[in-house]
Amino acid sequence: MSSVQIRDVRKSFGNFEVLHGVTIPIEDGQFVVLVGPSGCGKSTLLRMLAGLENITSGTISIGDRVVNNVQPKERDIAMVFQNYALYPHMTVAENMGFSLKLRNAGSDEINKRVKRAAEILALSPLLDRYPRQLSGGQRQRVAMGRAIVRDPQVFLFDEPLSNLDAKLRVAMRTEIKELHQRLKTTTVYVTHDQIEAMTMADKIVVMHDGIVEQMGTPLELYDKPDNQFVAGFIGSPAMNFLKGHVRVNGVATFEGPNGVKLPLKTAPAGSDGRPAVYGVRPEHFTIADDGAEAEIIVVEPTGSETQVFAKVGGEQVVAVFRERHQFNPGDKVRLKPDPSLVHLFDDATGKRMNA
Amino acid sequence: MADVAIPRAKPQMSEASAWTQLKYNRNWLGFWFMVPAMAFLIFFLAYPLGLGIWLSFTDTRIGRVGQFIATENYEWLWDDSIFWLSVFNTLLYTFVASAFKFAIGLYLALLLNEHMPFKAMLRAMVLIPFIVPTVLSALAFWWIFDSQFSIISWSLKQLGLISQNINFLGDTTWARICVIFANVWRGVPFVAITLLAGLQTVSPSLYEAATLDGATRWQNFRYITYPLLTPIIAVVMTFSVLFTFTDFQLIWAMTRGGPVNATHLMATLSYQRAIIAGQLGEGAAISSAMIPFLLAAIMVSWFGLQRRKWQQGESND
Repeated sequence: MSSVQIRDVRKSFGNFEVLHGVTIPIEDGQFVVLVGPSGCGKSTLLRMLAGLENITSGTISIGDRVVNNVQPKERDIAMVFQNYALYPHMTVAENMGFSLKLRNAGSDEINKRVKRAAEILALSPLLDRYPRQLSGGQRQRVAMGRAIVRDPQVFLFDEPLSNLDAKLRVAMRTEIKELHQRLKTTTVYVTHDQIEAMTMADKIVVMHDGIVEQMGTPLELYDKPDNQFVAGFIGSPAMNFLKGHVRVNGVATFEGPNGVKLPLKTAPAGSDGRPAVYGVRPEHFTIADDGAEAEIIVVEPTGSETQVFAKVGGEQVVAVFRERHQFNPGDKVRLKPDPSLVHLFDDATGKRMNA
Repeated sequence: MADVAIPRAKPQMSEASAWTQLKYNRNWLGFWFMVPAMAFLIFFLAYPLGLGIWLSFTDTRIGRVGQFIATENYEWLWDDSIFWLSVFNTLLYTFVASAFKFAIGLYLALLLNEHMPFKAMLRAMVLIPFIVPTVLSALAFWWIFDSQFSIISWSLKQLGLISQNINFLGDTTWARICVIFANVWRGVPFVAITLLAGLQTVSPSLYEAATLDGATRWQNFRYITYPLLTPIIAVVMTFSVLFTFTDFQLIWAMTRGGPVNATHLMATLSYQRAIIAGQLGEGAAISSAMIPFLLAAIMVSWFGLQRRKWQQGESND
């Protein structure tokens, strides 16, 4: 186990820069998730960490050692690939023992470590099978087994769950998290799925267009997104954004589209009249008499909660209620955002304005 | 879907007539679809093969219907040292040329699979020997290896390495080397391009995974590329061996089997005896004698081609 330091790392393919100076400190034993839309550079960064891509500038260190010019095999890392990259002509046991075999480990040693990893991942009955004879989830576990056997300093996961069906994905998510809690190996996990990031990470790094938008624990990112991108990316259904202006005449309010008045707890100093974006999460709406007028468009009950699509000041918003209201499309209701939980972003820069 | 093909028995119809049953029988329909292909194969493959085998048991000559003479042709060949020389030549030619074609083809395929400038152009260039008609390339080699006008002899003389022309096609050893060289030159593209196609089916992430597992480039080849390529190697080498074993054009255009029968293959000897000398029966016997060798080659590939255990089961994708 080791800490990992990524310092001002840049990556260019030809003249095209895809990473514009990324700095991410990763503590020993931490589970860090790099999350972002496709093309944000997260996989490239992971591959640079693995040594599969060169580092254009900046440094990456594992433990105390700068690994910029260290061969992948000497970095003491293990990677789980999106398509698992299992060797099709080797059995599960051979797949898992391959790295040890290349290191000239004795067959007793290989057997012992493969057996231990197989027990951890419940693969013991499958050791003689070939990858083709396994289900998606089993292949995924073999890929992890191959990483565990090596007992590396750092685990790298590159979108490992995206080839699984929805149900299995949830199950494997828990399994990976459990595995990390058990082995406590430093882990860097790449995904585009914010739910995976939220549920698994000790620390989330949100990336966008080759820069780090925000780093923090899942709840920090959820409660206090630094900017509009992070606010929109984290959370499902996504945060509602309404454009308008801050008004401070005695009491701070937000004037939304078509003059809709929305509550603010406080307004930042000197923000009167400034164009801004009002952000409110779907779950932070309540039905109240002093709320903004809204017309219901679609009601989607899921059982545990109900998603309501409504128009506020001509803009569509989503609200989620745990209680069971009797709504019908066309109904007029009054939606009130919880003022202590709303977010305010600068219209031009997207930066967070309120505390 | 199945309802269309299998009509439900209607209550009022006691029993479908034989013709109705036949009309809806999928196998019967399938048979008719196969007839054109079958007719083609019978007429152009099975019939000539059968006729050849029949001729080998007769003393047919050109222009004269022969008598059945049982195995007399074969007994005659058994004591014919030239026939045995041609068998030896054919085996030598096939093994040496195939080994070189495999080695060079695999090397080229690995090379062309790397990232490098002008990749598409290089791949196209590799195919050139395959595109040129065999007889034309054989004629070119004939000139290259000519006893007086050989460009090789000329170049070496200019460099001062030799003082006299090398008699490439006049010396038994040189002649064998030359025809094998020409065959390798012509056969490499097929092997290289087919193996390249095989290499491209190997997922790059396997190499990345192996690299992270600590594999060197050689170990990548030894443990990943080679095992995954074996099914393709089995196919391509079977074809290569069959083509080489039955080669005729190159030899006939370059040496006509000479000097002193040193490059006579079974195919060229058969042609010489059957068509030039008119002994159709004897020529057919030589041709038929190739069958056991070809069957053996096919058997080897049959076992080589059997699906390996790791290829079984559901698909990997």
